[in-house]
Amino acid sequence: MDRQQDTSASDARPVLEGPDIARVLTRIAHEIVERAKGADDVVLLGIPTRGVFLARRLAAKLEEITERKIPVGSLDITMYRDDLRMHPPRALARTEIPGDGLDGRLVVLVDDVLFSGRTIRAALDALNDIGRPRAVQLAVLVDRGHRELPIRADYVGKNLPTSLRETVKVQLAEEDGRDTVLLGAKQTPQ
Amino acid sequence: MSKTLIRGAKVLGGEPQDVLIDGGTIAEVGTGLSAEGAEVVEAGGKVLLPGLVDLHTHLREPGREDSETVLTGTRAAASGGYTAVFAMANTFPVADTAGVVEQVYRLGQEHGYCDVQPIGAVTVGLEGRKLAELGAMHESAAGVTVFSDDGKCVDDAVIMRRALEYVKAFGGVVAQHAQEPRLTEGAQMNEGVVSAELGLGGWPAVAEESIIARDVLLAEHVGSRVHICHLSTAGSVEIVRWAKSRGIDVTAEVTPHHLLLTDELVRTYNPVYKVNPPLRTERDVLALREALADGTIDIVATDHAPHPHEDKDCEWAAAAMGMVGLETALSVVQETMVDTGLLTWAGVAERMSVKPAEIGQAKGHGRPVSAGEPANLTLVDTAYRGSVDPAGFASRSRNTPYEGRELPGRVTHTWLRGKATLVDGKLT
Amino acid sequence: MQRHLISAADLTRDDAVLILDTAEEMARVADRPIKKLPTLRGRTVVNLFFEDSTRTRISFEAAEKRLSADVINFSAKGSSVSKGESLKDTAQTLEAMGVDAVVIRHGASGAPYRLATSGWIDAHVINAGDGTHQHPTQALLDAFTMRRRLVGRDAGLGRDLDGRRITIVGDVLHSRVARSNVDLLHTLGAEVTLVAPPTLVPVGVETWPCEVSYDLDAVLPKSDAVMMLRVQRERMNAAFFPTEREYSRRYGLDGDRMARMPEHAIVMHPGPMVRGMEITAEVADSDRCTVVEQVANGVSIRMAVLYLLLGGNEPAVTHTRTEEK
Repeated sequence: MDRQQDTSASDARPVLEGPDIARVLTRIAHEIVERAKGADDVVLLGIPTRGVFLARRLAAKLEEITERKIPVGSLDITMYRDDLRMHPPRALARTEIPGDGLDGRLVVLVDDVLFSGRTIRAALDALNDIGRPRAVQLAVLVDRGHRELPIRADYVGKNLPTSLRETVKVQLAEEDGRDTVLLGAKQTPQ
Repeated sequence: MSKTLIRGAKVLGGEPQDVLIDGGTIAEVGTGLSAEGAEVVEAGGKVLLPGLVDLHTHLREPGREDSETVLTGTRAAASGGYTAVFAMANTFPVADTAGVVEQVYRLGQEHGYCDVQPIGAVTVGLEGRKLAELGAMHESAAGVTVFSDDGKCVDDAVIMRRALEYVKAFGGVVAQHAQEPRLTEGAQMNEGVVSAELGLGGWPAVAEESIIARDVLLAEHVGSRVHICHLSTAGSVEIVRWAKSRGIDVTAEVTPHHLLLTDELVRTYNPVYKVNPPLRTERDVLALREALADGTIDIVATDHAPHPHEDKDCEWAAAAMGMVGLETALSVVQETMVDTGLLTWAGVAERMSVKPAEIGQAKGHGRPVSAGEPANLTLVDTAYRGSVDPAGFASRSRNTPYEGRELPGRVTHTWLRGKATLVDGKLT
Repeated sequence: MQRHLISAADLTRDDAVLILDTAEEMARVADRPIKKLPTLRGRTVVNLFFEDSTRTRISFEAAEKRLSADVINFSAKGSSVSKGESLKDTAQTLEAMGVDAVVIRHGASGAPYRLATSGWIDAHVINAGDGTHQHPTQALLDAFTMRRRLVGRDAGLGRDLDGRRITIVGDVLHSRVARSNVDLLHTLGAEVTLVAPPTLVPVGVETWPCEVSYDLDAVLPKSDAVMMLRVQRERMNAAFFPTEREYSRRYGLDGDRMARMPEHAIVMHPGPMVRGMEITAEVADSDRCTVVEQVANGVSIRMAVLYLLLGGNEPAVTHTRTEEK
């Protein structure tokens, strides 16, 4: 769950820049079309905050490729987290399910970083309360390893081997003013 | 009989002197008195006052011995420097007959910590409808001279008029608990800014003031004297001041807590601050202090009102009204009146001993500290400062609003007719 | 005090906006096929009601169940508990049972505050209405309803009620709803006017952050929302006003008066309404009246409060003002 962790700019180095991000999203879009055989029934659900922006970008690329409208929404997993009792309650983000719902569709969850897998477990629980998709797949910009649950991504922008002493921070123009993925050292408390 | 020499005491706060007690009487007051054959108490600059007299104490016996008895209440009184207390009539049964007042009087005599002078009820059962046998109580062994329905107001104007007139025959006085009952239905605290915010039923100042105004006019009309219990508002002060300027025979008391505490404390919803009359505003507190200093208010009376723990360890509306006060009264008066420069120690003696004894006709109390007078005395360490610890109270109840509060002054010795009831802060 | 919700006056502007925003997200759960979140699984909430209030109790219960809390309903009224000791004894019983939160409704002003501060119990305390003191979740759901109607459902997110003119009409003296609303609406930047006969306005109101008027007709054209308070008929017997008819004529809201309100203005009522007294059936049933919406919004608000107080290891609501006191 280090998506929120701060990586100070000074000691962090970029591992993906703006053009790289655009390129891997294009590749993922093509892979989705390929594996979903035309992506007829695909619904993209981004996990807030940055997963939502990535889902919208992916949807735009899929629409270019398929020339069809691709339903895109968001899925806030805050209320389903397994670490709720370890932090103060967080402000909730929006869950927005596209009009036709999820029943019988291929839902592709979109997130920025795949790490322990706990966020995705929470997302699967949340999905369970909302509808019954035909199948659920996962697309992430970065897979940094260190899984704590039997979860894997179907589409990966970049596999990034990291140590637990490192942090990965994704910045996107919509939220942060620029596109980049930073790898840095965790601030260790003295 | 035994002799005691109090050496180097500031009598009424004046220059250090020695006071020799012989038996039940003050034998000599002077400097360099001989200690021969006497037990010596080194006063070391402590202040010596005539034994304090409380015109307004609830001893609860008979009927509510779970909160206080005559024994525990008089021990608390001795501990607070008192040598005489007037016991209010709202017991179970009510002290409205010669039998009940004699019982209370006798218990006080037997225990010997403090003289207990019962107050008789004005009306049967404190119900405000029918006069109690005031004359019979006066003629009893208890010799009742003060009559009060305290806890309830004698609100019927005709009954009040008759009582004022009737007690003239034997020189009695009616002490009025001024509370207009209709204006205080459901009342929980002073009506004002704080009650509006807290949503607690308001107890308007006018409910007290209107009764006082009526009663001073009644007293004037029938030529009687009237005593007003626990004044709590600036308006009440104005009315009493006006009545005195007109020559009306009125006396008035204020409690220590109304000299110190305000209704802001109710914001805690802690029932230790629930009292009748209620805590008022800062403006009222300052007016009461000024009135006590200038003599508009004659005396300080504790309204010592013990309640068992469970009657205060609950929500505000369900809690009983009242605070214990005998063991903290002098400290609160020092804090609010002496240390603020409003009163000298001689002034304190006047208001906590001389005048209350006079109003209640407590013989042998409130006398000068001079040779030939009864040795009812209180020695106060005025330099002391400490926080109030209810665990150390002699009273059976602990419902004090001062727990943990730092207050000045500590009574170290009390003598009742020459017999020490309190020595070095310990009851004998 | 950080762990409890006792008074609307304890909420800062940011706390209040966070609760309203969270309630907007909670409201969306009601649109799902499964109206349930796992957030408070394993937490026990007691609804401790010393006073009858089916509406408020059901609203809290629905909120607790939608968040998957274990719910215990304790109706102290009519049981053998005697007044006074009952609150402490009951609190200690609940404490022994390992309760995480107590939602308390009590007829005595200050009872929730006592429960929270007396050391009788360690649980979070949420005030569901105490005497004539406070009813903070009612004020929150009212503010939520106003923000939706006057600012907008999505447009309102992150925003307060800055400059909105709210008129509260009726028995202010005996109303915890009025007290809570004055506090919260002021915190949220609204301008509040109380309208009532002088007998039903508390002495001491001059320090409240609001205006007071005795003239309903003068205030109506300048109101964005008009909240009618319930007026109990027994007040008539205590001489607060002469007759029901006179009260209705001077302070009741009927169709003619409603027509004098601005086009966009809404009519609110905390319920239960006394039709024919403070409000006519015509007004109560009109589409400008938000009574039914207020009930639905109550569940969302209570979910938000429960989540923000109980959902984490410490509450998200800071309650700084009470601390300063």
